Amino acid sequence: MTTEPILQVENVTKTFGGIIALNRVSFEVHEGEILGVIGPNGSGKTTIVNCITGFIKATSGHVRFRGKNITGKAPHKIADMGVARTFQIMRPYYSLPAYKNLVIPLFSPRARRTGGWRGGGRLGDRNTVGIDILEEIGFERDSYVPYKMTSTLPTGYLKRLELARCLALKPELILCDEVFSGLSMSEIASMVPLIERIQMDGITLIMIEHRLRELFQVATRVMVLNFGEKIMEGSPDEVMADARVREAYFGSEEVQEVMDHA
Amino acid sequence: MTTDTAQRRKERIDRGIKVRSDGIYALLSWRELAYLSVPRLVLILGILALPLLMPGMYWQRVISIVCIYAFLAMSFDFLAHYVGLVSLGGAFFVGTGGYIAALLNTTFGLPPLVTIPAALILGAAVCTLLLIPCLPLRGVYFAIVTLMYPLFMARLIEALDIFGGTDGILGIDSFTNPWVEQYFVVVMVLVLLFGLRRLVNTDLGLVLRAVKDNDQAVRASGMNVTRYKALAVFIAAGMGCLSGACLVHTYMWAGISQFALDFSVLPIAATVIGGSGTLVGPVLGCLILVPASELLRDFGTLRIVFYSLILVTFIVFRSEGLMVYGQRKYHQFQRWTEI
Ligand SMILES: Nc1ncnc2c1ncn2[C@@H]1O[C@H](COP(=O)(O)OP(=O)(O)OP(=O)(O)O)[C@@H](O)[C@H]1O
Ligand SMILES: [Mg+2]
Repeated sequence: MTTEPILQVENVTKTFGGIIALNRVSFEVHEGEILGVIGPNGSGKTTIVNCITGFIKATSGHVRFRGKNITGKAPHKIADMGVARTFQIMRPYYSLPAYKNLVIPLFSPRARRTGGWRGGGRLGDRNTVGIDILEEIGFERDSYVPYKMTSTLPTGYLKRLELARCLALKPELILCDEVFSGLSMSEIASMVPLIERIQMDGITLIMIEHRLRELFQVATRVMVLNFGEKIMEGSPDEVMADARVREAYFGSEEVQEVMDHA
Repeated sequence: MTTDTAQRRKERIDRGIKVRSDGIYALLSWRELAYLSVPRLVLILGILALPLLMPGMYWQRVISIVCIYAFLAMSFDFLAHYVGLVSLGGAFFVGTGGYIAALLNTTFGLPPLVTIPAALILGAAVCTLLLIPCLPLRGVYFAIVTLMYPLFMARLIEALDIFGGTDGILGIDSFTNPWVEQYFVVVMVLVLLFGLRRLVNTDLGLVLRAVKDNDQAVRASGMNVTRYKALAVFIAAGMGCLSGACLVHTYMWAGISQFALDFSVLPIAATVIGGSGTLVGPVLGCLILVPASELLRDFGTLRIVFYSLILVTFIVFRSEGLMVYGQRKYHQFQRWTEI
């Protein structure tokens, strides 16, 4: 590949007191890819997302987005460049109706500059654009659901809302922190085509998941973290066949299941 | 009879969905139009008529003071409920606005109609600049730090003996006549009330509410949270400075007591009584508390006791506040009569 990677993470280390949450992690993401990130609980997946998006400062190392050094920049500046993220612990605006949640990203400087989602943010009414996005992401348009108070929505909708908030920004890269977790099998099945559609729109994705089967369906490449270290990287098939991954996930039924499947 | 109540209850639930859908209304009849507009008309006409209904100069002056406190109370409610910044800096805003108006009037001889807007803008800018370092603080920490500002300013003026020191600034022009004074503040209450209400429902207002709800998500949407907080503080400080400027022109005097904590505390009490988040509630709260404290003036320091009793009673029995209670009842009543 001769093109420049969209995201380069170089030797990022993060320590919390004595805990080494990330130890010299390096990887690259290329335009149009879906990079899966897996690893057991506490292996540093959320921490790497926080370091890339500026929500926490890496102890050492560098992050480059489209060749520009974004290490240590404020989160809103990184988001403004087109790096969106979801939160593992969902963070919608609970006091607003669902569709109003999207007015906020549509009002952001980036959305006003780029036109936001499909350029709709430039054309006046952000409420309507918000409802359009919600419809695309799986809210039933001709129902009360988009107008409901966010605090009354079930988890499935909240996860979609997290993604919708990213899309409204018209991002170039989305970091998804466990958007499948807490969802039923059928809900995940309906999310997979959505992820594929986002990729077709030319948006690069990093997906952190525990649901390996669904992740391996969409991911073009997978990186494995364990105790803050990158233990391997490769195609889904390679990762599944790797002994170190089996070891890290030893006892995890799902991996066994997925591997047996393969 | 029992079936009747059952039907009524169903209607209430339906209405609830409409209310929750926030702003998606369809006006179907004159009756619904009246349902929405009558409370607003009563409010506007009631407030406009207040000065005319007062039995003399003394009580008219009380109405001016009510309005001046109402600016502060709305400013507190706006910051606390719509931006999530609980500010105890009311006295800081009043003092800053008051001294700026006083100085502009006495040194440059500018009339109240110039000093008041100037104090509003300049004062808001000064207050915002001084408060910017505190904006990352949350909740009670922000509250405590904003409480330090008026104390600090009062001691500073006292110690350095600037701006008239402990004597204050005397000989400030009053409004050209009492009716101008009355109607200026009364109309400003309405302008600010409806202006704020409109603001919090614009897209910008929505961002401010989002900052309160969840500032991390606002950051993740590429927006500078501190900048929006600063904008909100600018608006609230402007309203507080307006209070201060009106106050010095009403009393024709500016002094350290403009930084007194009454200006921080009474608006909060008024908001508690009137109902937080309603904006009109705090105005109502001032309309109760300010005259009450005038009536209790004869009791000397004992009035603080009465005052506390009123407050405790409200907190215990109507913790949601008068307006929240009233609005709820109003909507429920409507739901029952609709079918
Ligand atoms: N703010 C923090 N302060 C202290 N330690 C932290 C902090 N955030 C994360 N850690 C620690 O860093 C390590 C990595 O945490 P992280 O949240 O990145 O894991 P994760 O891979 O996302 O786990 P999960 O699958 O449970 O979401 C953990 O040991 C965690 O306890
Ligand atoms: Mg995590």
